[in-house]
Amino acid sequence: MIKDITLGQYFPGESVIHRIDPRVKIILTLAYIVMLFVAKGPIGYGICLAALIYMIAVSKISLRIILRSMKPLLFIIVFTAILNMFYIPGRILVEFWILRITYEGIETAIYMALRIAMLISGTFVLLTYTTSPIMLTDGIEHLLNPLKKLKFPVHELAMMMTIALRFIPTLIEETDKIMSAQKARGADFESGNLINRARALVPILVPLFISAFRRADELAVAMECRCYRGSVGRTRLKVLKMQPLDYIAICVSLVLCVSIILSAVM
Amino acid sequence: MNSFISADSIKFEYKNIEGQTQLALDGLNIKIDKGEFVAVLGHNGSGKSTFAKHMNAILVPTEGKLTVKGMDTADDDLLYDIRQCVGMVFQNPDNQLVATVVEEDVAFAPENLGVPREEIRKRVDDALEAVGMTKYKLHATYKLSGGQKQRVAIGGIIAMRPECIVLDEPTAMLDPVGRKEVMKSIRMLNRDLGITIVLITHHMNEAAEADRVIVMSKGKVIMDAPPKEVFWRTEELYDAGLSVPQPVELLLLMRKDGAEIEEGVLTVEECAEALAKIIKSARK
Ligand SMILES: Nc1ncnc2c1ncn2[C@@H]1O[C@H](COP(=O)(O)OP(=O)(O)O)[C@@H](O)[C@H]1O
Ligand SMILES: [Mg+2]
Repeated sequence: MIKDITLGQYFPGESVIHRIDPRVKIILTLAYIVMLFVAKGPIGYGICLAALIYMIAVSKISLRIILRSMKPLLFIIVFTAILNMFYIPGRILVEFWILRITYEGIETAIYMALRIAMLISGTFVLLTYTTSPIMLTDGIEHLLNPLKKLKFPVHELAMMMTIALRFIPTLIEETDKIMSAQKARGADFESGNLINRARALVPILVPLFISAFRRADELAVAMECRCYRGSVGRTRLKVLKMQPLDYIAICVSLVLCVSIILSAVM
Repeated sequence: MNSFISADSIKFEYKNIEGQTQLALDGLNIKIDKGEFVAVLGHNGSGKSTFAKHMNAILVPTEGKLTVKGMDTADDDLLYDIRQCVGMVFQNPDNQLVATVVEEDVAFAPENLGVPREEIRKRVDDALEAVGMTKYKLHATYKLSGGQKQRVAIGGIIAMRPECIVLDEPTAMLDPVGRKEVMKSIRMLNRDLGITIVLITHHMNEAAEADRVIVMSKGKVIMDAPPKEVFWRTEELYDAGLSVPQPVELLLLMRKDGAEIEEGVLTVEECAEALAKIIKSARK
C-alpha cells in the first residue's frame, strides 16, 4: 500500500518531454494548472485532456504508474465529487430525505474529478517523472534567482529539495520495512476506526523519525567530506540552456492556452 | 613528519549535552605512507570511526596533532585541501548519495570544488569507468543494489581526485556479491591508480588483503604489522575481541593436535598447500 506512493520517483528517458528545459517545464506546468481552472465546457477540458494524453504517450510513462500515483488521492477526488454532486443547485434528478442530486451537480462532479485527476497526473508526468530531481531543483533555483538579491536563501532551498526528493524512495522503503516488522509482531493497521488506525501509526513514525535523523546526520558528514560549502564557488556538471525544442514547446502551449481561454470566454 | 598521514599521540573526547565526556582516542600513534593499503581492525567502540573522521578533519584532536601531507588538520584554512586529498566512504551507501541520478551524484564533489564543467564531465566519466559503473551513468540511484550504490559512492570520491581514500566498514551492509565487487574496486584503486587506502573492516579476509594491519583497542594501537604476522598473534587478537581468518584457525587447531605447521599462512590457497604438505609427510 505504501509502495503506491510514487512521488519523487524519476523515470529516466530520452523523450521530448524528458528533454524540455526544467525552467520551461515548471512554467508550463503552472500554466497547465491555471488552464485546468480556467477551462470550461467540453472544448476547454478536451484540449487539456488531449495535451495530457499526448504527454503521457510521448514520455512512455506507463499508465499503470500514473494510475497508481493517483490511488492515495482517490479518496479526495471521490469526496470532492460527491460533495459537489449534492450541493450544486439546479434541475433535480433524484431527491430523498434532505439530499438531492441535480443534473448540474453531476456535471460539476464529473468535471471536478476530471480536473483533480488531470492536475495530479499532468504535474507528475511533466515534472517529477520526467525531470531528474537535480534538474528540477536547478530549474527552481534559476527561476527564483532574482530573489537572491533580497537575501532569500535560494541555493539552500534548492539543495534541501534535492535531498528531500532523493530520500523519498529510501524513506518509503524503510516505512514499508518497519510496517512489515510491526505486522509480524501482530500490529494491526487496517481495522478499527480512524482513531485506532492513527494510533497504530505511532509505533511506525517513532522509529522512522529516529532513523531519518540518523540518516540526516550521516548525510551531512558525507557532504562535508565531499567539500560541500554552499553555493559560493560551485560549478555545475549540467548548465541549463534553452534549445529550439523549448521554444517550440512554449509556442505550442501558448496556442493551446489561448484556445482554452477563448473557449471559456465565449 | 615525512609520512603522508601522521597521527602524533592524539586524544579525542566526545562531549554530550550534559557535559559528560567519553574518551574515544587515547594517545594514538599512526603513520601511513603514500600508496600503502592499510587495514584497521578493532571491536566495536575501539575508536576506528573516530580515527577515520580525524584523517579528513571532520573531527580535530582534543590533544596531539594529525597531519596530512604536512598539513595540520586543526588549521581551518587548509580544511578543503585536506578533504580533497583524503576522501571518505561510509558504511551505509544510502546515506551518502546526494543525488537521484548516478552521474549527478558522482559530480557532486567536483562541483563543490569549483572544477570547470568540461573537466567535471571527464572526471565523472573516469570515476564511473574506474568503479565499473559507466553503464549505469543515467540510472536512478535508489534502484541499484547495495554493492552498486557503494561503488557509486566510491566513484563520487574518486571524482575529487584524492590521494587517499578512507573506507569505514564499506562492506558491512552488503551481501557477499556486493562485498566482492567493492573489494575488487578497492584493490584496483590501490594497485592501478596508486591511491592510498585505509580500510576499516570487520572481515578478517578483507584485512588479510592489505599490506599492513593496524589493530585498535580502547582508542590505542595494539598491533601494527603485516597481515601474515598479525593474524598469527592469536592470543592478542582474541584479547582484543577479534577472531582470526578461517585458514589460520584451522591450522591452529591442527597444530594443537600435534601437526607440524609453520606460521605465516593466510589465504585459502596457502592453507591448502600447507595441508598438502602435511598429508605428504604423513604418507612417508
Ligand atoms: N557521537 C558520539 N558521541 C559520544 N560518544 C561517541 C560518539 N561516537 C562514538 N562515541 C564513543 O566513542 C567510542 C569510539 O567509537 P567509534 O569510533 O565509533 O568506534 P568504532 O568505530 O571502532 O566502533 C565509543 O565508546 C563510542 O561510544
Ligand atoms: Mg565504526
